[in-house]
Amino acid sequence: MSTGDRAFRWLTAVAAWAVLITLLAAALSMAWGGRLAFRTFGWKFITSPNWDAVGHNFGAAIPIYGTLVSSALAMLVAIPTSLGIAIFLSEVAPRWLRGPVGMAIELLAAIPSIIYGMWGLFVFAPFMANHVEPWLNDKLGPLPGIGPLFSGPPIGIGMLTAGIVLGIMTIPFISSVMRDVFQAVPPALRESAFALGATPWEVTRKVTLPYTSSAVLGAIFLGLGRALGETMAVTFVLGNAHDFSGSLLMPGNSIAAAIANEFTEADSPIYLSSLIALGFLLFVVTFIVLAIAKFMLMRIERSFG
Amino acid sequence: MERIIWRRQALNLVVMVLASAATLFGLVWLVWLLWTTVTEGMAALSPKLLTQMTPPPGAEGGLANAFVGSLLIVTLGTLIGTPIGILAGTYLAEFGKRSKVAETIRFVNDILLSAPSIVIGLFVYELAVRTVGHFSGYAGGLALALILLPVVVRTTDESLRLVPATLREAALSLGLPMWKVVLNIVYRAGATGIATGVLLAVARISGETAPLLFTALNNQFWSTDMGTPMANVPVVIFQYAMSPYDSWHALAWAGALIVTAFVLGLSIVVRVLLRPRTYR
Repeated sequence: MSTGDRAFRWLTAVAAWAVLITLLAAALSMAWGGRLAFRTFGWKFITSPNWDAVGHNFGAAIPIYGTLVSSALAMLVAIPTSLGIAIFLSEVAPRWLRGPVGMAIELLAAIPSIIYGMWGLFVFAPFMANHVEPWLNDKLGPLPGIGPLFSGPPIGIGMLTAGIVLGIMTIPFISSVMRDVFQAVPPALRESAFALGATPWEVTRKVTLPYTSSAVLGAIFLGLGRALGETMAVTFVLGNAHDFSGSLLMPGNSIAAAIANEFTEADSPIYLSSLIALGFLLFVVTFIVLAIAKFMLMRIERSFG
Repeated sequence: MERIIWRRQALNLVVMVLASAATLFGLVWLVWLLWTTVTEGMAALSPKLLTQMTPPPGAEGGLANAFVGSLLIVTLGTLIGTPIGILAGTYLAEFGKRSKVAETIRFVNDILLSAPSIVIGLFVYELAVRTVGHFSGYAGGLALALILLPVVVRTTDESLRLVPATLREAALSLGLPMWKVVLNIVYRAGATGIATGVLLAVARISGETAPLLFTALNNQFWSTDMGTPMANVPVVIFQYAMSPYDSWHALAWAGALIVTAFVLGLSIVVRVLLRPRTYR
């Protein structure tokens, strides 16, 4: 190997290692920044719902709950819609329509999340408050069991609105992966099913989905990873409340929104450390979710070559 | 028999109608979002946006300092992230290939690609704000570079691996050293793919808000000194939209329209012009 080759190889290897080091350094720096909070509050930091900036007592149960619930709602919106879009693009749409529609859906992912947030605050939240939430109050509020989820004043700002906005944002991530993996199914498999007289839905359910099941789950986890960490869209419509509420119509908080709202206001070391500790928790959770997604997508990626 | 076939086809019809409805459902949001942004933004557009500074509460003004700040921060982020990203992608495609190290780095890179951008902001805060003692445009650029990096790594890796091995072998057999083969042959063959990746990444970081909140912060005044806190369009939009003043809301919408037009315009142009026809 010539000197030039050795130098070039070394240079590129350093750059590649920089990627690995960035991730490690990010995790370590946040664990370090949050150490004061973890040491002071211990496990209570995760289990306590008490977020008291004045009394310097911080527990993250409310934001953690908010992140989980808003992401769960987002998945309820995004999974069926994305599956529908992927089926539409692979079975229904004529060839000339697939490119434009696929690209339009992908544009949803290109719109900056702050635009979702503003639209959510000024347009979608009032829409929810005036048209959707009163209806939910009337129809679902009195029901036993799920009733409490839909009670409370229809103010538009809250968990349900945040979940829906978050769901819309994650649709393009899930649907574009699903579409890609659907297209990776060997044509011979699909065609033999068609030749036996199967309808497009039967081909999807009995050939395409079983063949791509792990990748479809991977796509869902990928979307979940995005939803858990999404900040700006949620911050606008969640309401930044630190009180627990069982109703989906009431304001709440999420890990990312709490950090975005309060970071520049944090006036004591323990406050700042608690917010960074929240960031560390978010990082760990999204890392696990994204790693699962990646493992599930790996098999199908291999077959792409 | 007839009935079974009829039932199967009815079920198929129902599912396909539902799938089409889901697609329509997705597209409705796109149209609604864009419609709001365009109508609200157009109403607030004026030449003052480019000539005046961000105003104090309740007053009139423009976004000139924010545009300049964004331009500088995004440029810095691109300048830091692109070379490192291309080199790292080159390592994966040309040297690492299927080795354990390369696969690990690909894995980590894909996670970084989807990692919450607010976490990147916190990391850069710890790295370049707390240690220095104040917010700065440099920190903002660094945060955006870390968002751009994984996109460039991935697209470079992918487009270089598409370059046929015979091209490399032909060049090597003429006696060229590997580094010249990569620089003169492989990069040229993969240039379209790499450029697509870089431009899409630039589009993405142009609208990023969360990583700038604790790094570049904001600045009400004209500033081109990247060593100090710096105004930028996304953070101004965030602050103004959350405020109770109508004049600030209008400015936020104007900023939103311009950022969206830039980001979507760049994404569409890149996809249509540069991307080889992957849409089937």
